[in-house]
Amino acid sequence: MHGLAAVYKKELQDQLSSYRFVILFALIAMVSFITSYMAAVHLRENLETLSATRFPFLMLFSTPGVMFSMIQFVAFFGPLIGIVSGFDAINRERSQGTLIKVIAQPVYRDAVINGKFLAGVTTVALMFTAILLVISGFGLAVVGVVPGVEEILRLFIYLVVSIFYIAFWLALSILFSILFKSMATSALASVALWIFLSFFVSLGAEVAADMLVPIDRKNESTPEEVLRHVHVQEAVSLFSPMVLYSNATATIIDPMRKTTRSFVLMGPLEELLSARFRNPLTLGQSLLIVLPHMLALVAITVICFAISYTIFMLQEVRT
Amino acid sequence: MIIETTDLTKRYGHQTAVKDLCLKVEDGEIFGFLGPNGAGKTTTLLMLLGLTRPSAGAAAVCGLDPLRMAREVKRHVGYLPENVGFYGDMDAVQSLEYVADLNGIEVRAARKKIYELLELVGLQDHARKKTGAFSRGMKQRLGIAEVLMKDPKLLLLDEPTLGLDPEGAIQMIGLIEALNRSRRITVLLSSHNLSQVQRISHRVGIMIAGQLIAAGSVEDLARERFGLGDKVYTLEEVYLEYFQEA
Repeated sequence: MHGLAAVYKKELQDQLSSYRFVILFALIAMVSFITSYMAAVHLRENLETLSATRFPFLMLFSTPGVMFSMIQFVAFFGPLIGIVSGFDAINRERSQGTLIKVIAQPVYRDAVINGKFLAGVTTVALMFTAILLVISGFGLAVVGVVPGVEEILRLFIYLVVSIFYIAFWLALSILFSILFKSMATSALASVALWIFLSFFVSLGAEVAADMLVPIDRKNESTPEEVLRHVHVQEAVSLFSPMVLYSNATATIIDPMRKTTRSFVLMGPLEELLSARFRNPLTLGQSLLIVLPHMLALVAITVICFAISYTIFMLQEVRT
Repeated sequence: MIIETTDLTKRYGHQTAVKDLCLKVEDGEIFGFLGPNGAGKTTTLLMLLGLTRPSAGAAAVCGLDPLRMAREVKRHVGYLPENVGFYGDMDAVQSLEYVADLNGIEVRAARKKIYELLELVGLQDHARKKTGAFSRGMKQRLGIAEVLMKDPKLLLLDEPTLGLDPEGAIQMIGLIEALNRSRRITVLLSSHNLSQVQRISHRVGIMIAGQLIAAGSVEDLARERFGLGDKVYTLEEVYLEYFQEA
């Protein structure tokens, strides 16, 4: 175990003292800060008139300020944190000739990859927890609302899910750093996959739905057809980790959300009726809705890391 | 016998990098491992360390099977790769600290040892200099200090004098000889610098195209090739003779 501890310690030191961490941290902190400031100002105005808000504190994270809310921002740019901290994990060691030196010491070979992954996850966790705490404290001051136990629990779950989400991208970029000898290639491959999974899968989902269950907008499709169309679209878009993550966190952060579906078939009268009786879900109920999403996120992270681990263990190291 | 291999073979696809290698290295000797580039010397060293899995045959290093007991073997064997790399933003002391940490050496014990080793390899004045600013010769010497961190019984040195200026090469060879004498460390070194190898090696082995075609002291090899005579052959003459035949 001393091998793992040694690699972990060294990698953590490297991560935390690197310029890229400082730049990334500054960027993410700045954007989150501005976003939640907007949300807070907006919220404070509403709090005076809106009496129905039961969880004002959580709205700090879910209310879109100017362009996007804090959770939307993390869904979009969280992967970048993972990619930037992992894309050169193994191939940099290889190209500077330090990998062979480390594994020629009396350590198990997996100490290298485990140590790097754990150090990356720790960095992400530290960064994210810090930002979340700062925003919470800031919201406390601006909005003047104290979070309840349930809100704190929801925030905590949000934190854990977010760390897994970013860890997935970290594992993926470490995988590319094992597969590709060149650091530029592995960075590019990770970013390409990020863009594909985050932006193009949702486009592809629409195309797939249109092809499989075409809806004729002129000749009134049956409600069943419309539903099937939406089902296909949702199923395909779940291939995107971003969609998984957005659905999961939106439901966790917003107790008013009763489903991860964005599409609800409802007439205006029914909507009015239901709005009168809107009650928040309990934490357990919210969790139940997004449990599959959260498990899927954890699963893809674990699978991705397992693949990197296996390839790394079987690869021959000469430099 | 600190190293003993029997029919050690490594194949990459259809290519055979090392073929039926039977290498014996005795405790306490300096063994010069010679051969052209691509002859399979590095592959052999990696198999001895358990870093590469042999396709066939077996090896025993310090009496242990490097394939099964890789970690035990690596506890006693120091390996200096051909182009040893360092983390450029660490200084010499930090580099050694990391190696000590990987070897599970306690911090306080490591501290004392680091400065002893830096003095041994003549880097005491550069202890706090970043390795990124080190010259090739300094890097090689720091590499030696790193492999000595674990108090090895056996050193596997891959081209330790490659790319060094003549003075640096002489210093390096002198250091290796001193380590062998004063610390009783067995050394297996591969090198193209034949005159230096001849100066310090007790025995040499010549490897060509994956096969060990000769092993023994320089005199033995010369006798085998040129017959008995008064003429003293240099290793270079002997090596070229074997090489031409192969």
